[in-house]
Amino acid sequence: MTLRVFIPGDAAALSVGADAVAREVAAEAARRGVLVEVIRTGSRGLLWLEPLVEMATAQGRLGFGAVRAGEVAGLFDAGFPAQGHPRAVGLVEDLGWLRQQTRLTFARVGVTDPLSLGAYRAHGGLAGLEVALGLAPAEIVSLVAASGLRGRGGAGFPAGIKWQTVLGAGDGQKYIVCNADEGDSGTFADRMLIEGDPFVLIEGMVIAGLAVGATKGFVYLRSEYPLAERVLRQALAVARDGGVLGASVLGRGPAFDIELRIGAGAYICGEETALLESLEGRRGVVRAKPPLPALAGLFGKPTVVNNVLSLAAVPWILAHGAEAYAALGVGRSRGTLAVQLGGNVRRGGLFEVPFGMTLRAAVEGIGGGTRSGRPVRAVQVGGPLGAYLPDSLLDTALEYEALAAVGGMLGHGGVVVFDDTVDMARQARFAFEFCAKESCGKCTPCRIGAVRGVEVMDRILQGVERARNLEVLADLTTLMTDASLCAMGGLTPLPVLSALRHFPEDFHRPVG
Amino acid sequence: MSRFTAWDSGEARAVLRPHGGAPDAVLPMLQALQARFGFVHAEAVALVAEAVNLSRAEVHGTISFYHDFRSSPPAGRVIRLCAAEACQAVGGAALLAAARVLADGGDVVVEAVYCLGNCALGPAALVDGALVGHLDAERLAALVQGCAVAAVQVPR
Repeated sequence: MTLRVFIPGDAAALSVGADAVAREVAAEAARRGVLVEVIRTGSRGLLWLEPLVEMATAQGRLGFGAVRAGEVAGLFDAGFPAQGHPRAVGLVEDLGWLRQQTRLTFARVGVTDPLSLGAYRAHGGLAGLEVALGLAPAEIVSLVAASGLRGRGGAGFPAGIKWQTVLGAGDGQKYIVCNADEGDSGTFADRMLIEGDPFVLIEGMVIAGLAVGATKGFVYLRSEYPLAERVLRQALAVARDGGVLGASVLGRGPAFDIELRIGAGAYICGEETALLESLEGRRGVVRAKPPLPALAGLFGKPTVVNNVLSLAAVPWILAHGAEAYAALGVGRSRGTLAVQLGGNVRRGGLFEVPFGMTLRAAVEGIGGGTRSGRPVRAVQVGGPLGAYLPDSLLDTALEYEALAAVGGMLGHGGVVVFDDTVDMARQARFAFEFCAKESCGKCTPCRIGAVRGVEVMDRILQGVERARNLEVLADLTTLMTDASLCAMGGLTPLPVLSALRHFPEDFHRPVG
Repeated sequence: MSRFTAWDSGEARAVLRPHGGAPDAVLPMLQALQARFGFVHAEAVALVAEAVNLSRAEVHGTISFYHDFRSSPPAGRVIRLCAAEACQAVGGAALLAAARVLADGGDVVVEAVYCLGNCALGPAALVDGALVGHLDAERLAALVQGCAVAAVQVPR
């Protein structure tokens, strides 16, 4: 009997030695004359347990966590026990970390071979597209609207309204653009999805094309994700061979194809209009709105620009119904959120839950507190433009409105944990420094404000006329918030002011 | 030991040819040139401009906007170390400072990068196209000394 072994090929798993473990499993099996099939999957998202090696058994998949090269022979010696072995974690599906989740978008990630279209179909893939092919474009759009799906890139704009605008924008050339320029620190869900289940993104883009009458899609992927690029390139070829993409979608629909484009290291290209400029071959400089990209987007044509996770949620919505999706979540945040736990956290990774879990449940419950074992001091939610929240605000729910109400933002769902050694005045300085590095330069508040911000923070840190410089800081951040062209300059004050509001003592420390 | 071809304008033209002549091919063209030669040579500006019928100023503007494009070949192995918040939270800034000291004067290039998407397993670096997690001073030193990425990908 062939032993089936699943080992992640996800970049995070590789970063702690998954390839070496996979090679060792094959070599050890050959040495012992055991027939083994090693299947490379995405990551289940329990990143602190990577590489997580799973053995198929009649009861389900048995997991062995944080296996290192050199330990594989021991697993063979022990006969892959469910319990007792120091690396054994039992049945993977029974792990609390997975059982507490509602995995819709990430249902197949870590389970299947990401490049097997057969496995994709066998695990529910293409069911949404099959439904969509039987619907009129307006019916698809109204389903997406009824699901309550909001853009996962950060702004949270209702996807249905955006799609409706593009659908209503005449009969000419239109485009679907997938924003995979996942630049926010603390976020890795797009990467994990593309590396672990690229077909669900492809399927979502095809459905979007059917819905608005677009025949061409682009994925704009950041250059910092070389493995995701390789996987997606191969997946696009497989999808073309399998008839999912091409002259007629699944042999029944209109034409749709997708082109993969790679970014060139500019954070601002995650802003949708800068992304469009970059796709057109220019500097990634933000465009003024209006016109909305939905009416005049890529090459001036009506364009849906959606985040990876927004598009990847669509196949599930089509397959299971808008009501089923809308039944999850709280308030105006419907469906599931891919929470990404990073930074100084004991159990970091990705978990997908309906909107509404509290930050405390995420950081302390799921994450187990800090990796250093010291107290949690601050949590930054939503990337480099997100607020730093103190312990007293950890009971805030992870959903758009609740975070906005406490002066923060959900962003792309990244949660970065800091222990009590963090200097929040330095973090505030970094927010300006990052903005100065990555500003596109089009509007003055952002281009000049960020540089002034670094200077003001330096004076505050050095104890130079603190009271007066704090006044300048307040003035500067007000200007940037009110007058910047896009979120880069407009939201940089968020981490700065939240650090100042919640951790004022760090701005008044004695110098030296 | 360079993975790159020495600059040659004839070869550069051949690299550009499959990309056609539409202006939106500028980024893919520049990326193809850098993949072949290790950097975007000053002479490439005119070649790309001619291929897509843009002014040299426009092409130069595009090149200078993006952090990825180099104007000279890298001195050696490039270590891209994450300097963003999630890695800062686990000592990334000190590691970056240490890396710069270690690499000073040698043939290794240390660059700060803002997020590699390995935020739960930081500090992280990207070396030779591969991600390294849970980086510490000792393994960083090994990377600077030319150690294979696979050898340092496994902490403990």
